Amino acid sequence: MPKPGRRLVVTTKGAAVRKGMSRKRKRLLAVLGLVAGLGIAVTLVLSAFNENLVFFHSPSDVVEKQLPPDKRFRIGGLVLQDSVKRDGLVTEFTVTDLRHEVRVSYTGILPDLFREGQGVVANGKLDRQGRFIAAEVLAKHDENYMPPEVADALKKSGQWHENNGDHLKLVKPGS
Amino acid sequence: MLHALANPARFLRLMGAIRPYAAAVAVIGLVVGLGWGLLYSPPDYQQGETVRIMYIHVPAAWMAMFIYAAMAVASATALIWRHPVAELAAKASAPVGAAFTLICLITGSLWGKPMWGTWWVWDARLTSMLILFFLYLGYIALWEAFDDPSRAGRAAAILALVGAVNLPIIKFSVDWWNTLHQPASVMTLAGPKIHPDILWPLLITAIGAKGYYVWVLSLRVRAEILQRQARILRFSAATDRRAG
Repeated sequence: MPKPGRRLVVTTKGAAVRKGMSRKRKRLLAVLGLVAGLGIAVTLVLSAFNENLVFFHSPSDVVEKQLPPDKRFRIGGLVLQDSVKRDGLVTEFTVTDLRHEVRVSYTGILPDLFREGQGVVANGKLDRQGRFIAAEVLAKHDENYMPPEVADALKKSGQWHENNGDHLKLVKPGS
Repeated sequence: MLHALANPARFLRLMGAIRPYAAAVAVIGLVVGLGWGLLYSPPDYQQGETVRIMYIHVPAAWMAMFIYAAMAVASATALIWRHPVAELAAKASAPVGAAFTLICLITGSLWGKPMWGTWWVWDARLTSMLILFFLYLGYIALWEAFDDPSRAGRAAAILALVGAVNLPIIKFSVDWWNTLHQPASVMTLAGPKIHPDILWPLLITAIGAKGYYVWVLSLRVRAEILQRQARILRFSAATDRRAG
């Protein structure tokens, strides 16, 4: 057990008064150095692993990087308008990032938010024909929240911006 | 200012003066904000009534990060200026922050199932938030791992500082990487992307949660200071007995 006796307290205090400034300065620099060093290290690590930190690949990644068939990955994008075809439990639809498109096939129940124009993330693999066979489809919604009446009013007045994939980083803000 | 607050008695007086106001902000903010949000605000055009989980999820997430940031600043103050009250303020904050983080994770999971179609995914936002929860637990555990409170305090303060690197990662994870979690809705350069009817109850709840933190913090720091004083008294009584 430590014994913070009175004499000990007095000596530390005395030392602090005598060399106070320089010690505080040193500790300040040490803390700043720790935070700065750590920040740089983490930045480097994160940028090195950038590729592995993405949750999903875009259709352009799939087309441009020639991802091999039978490798499991996630694909994300917007469900293309008029592309959904349902046959019982099997749903086929096209995922687009407005540059490239990938046809996706999924067997199972889709989340409530799934619809044309909606962002989705599908987990699965490509078959030999370049079709994506999804084992799981998740809906991704955007960052806008508004009452239904407001959404209707916007649509009526022509102010409605159809889901342009802001939340999927498909369209850069301002472009 | 900083040195004035280093005096525990003065700090206790200040906290005592602030406490009733913080309590009032907490009660009014949480009752009005949550009442408005959960009962009277409109549903969302996309998510319907499910959007109401936001009124708990988002303020909890903000508090989780705010409290960790406060803990990191207090820990730096304690390390550099040997400010005893700052150390206790950081210690007293940790369980509150951990609780808010847990609320955020649980409500997020409950929200994810109906909207996204999954309870959990390992995307950058969710994972970094889970790491924040573990940092809180690690910080609390480190305080308990040493018999000597001054050593425990120093080790825990360093952990709090190191963990602060996670805060910008949480905030910007949705911008830096593809995530299932949507990007920021409120704190964006272009301004909030939430309709005022939904935004106002959210902000009022968030202010109430801040008030709650200050209220609880003032009580917890007082308890910590009194505990430490009791410990010192016990020690000096023991040494006096031995000397006499």
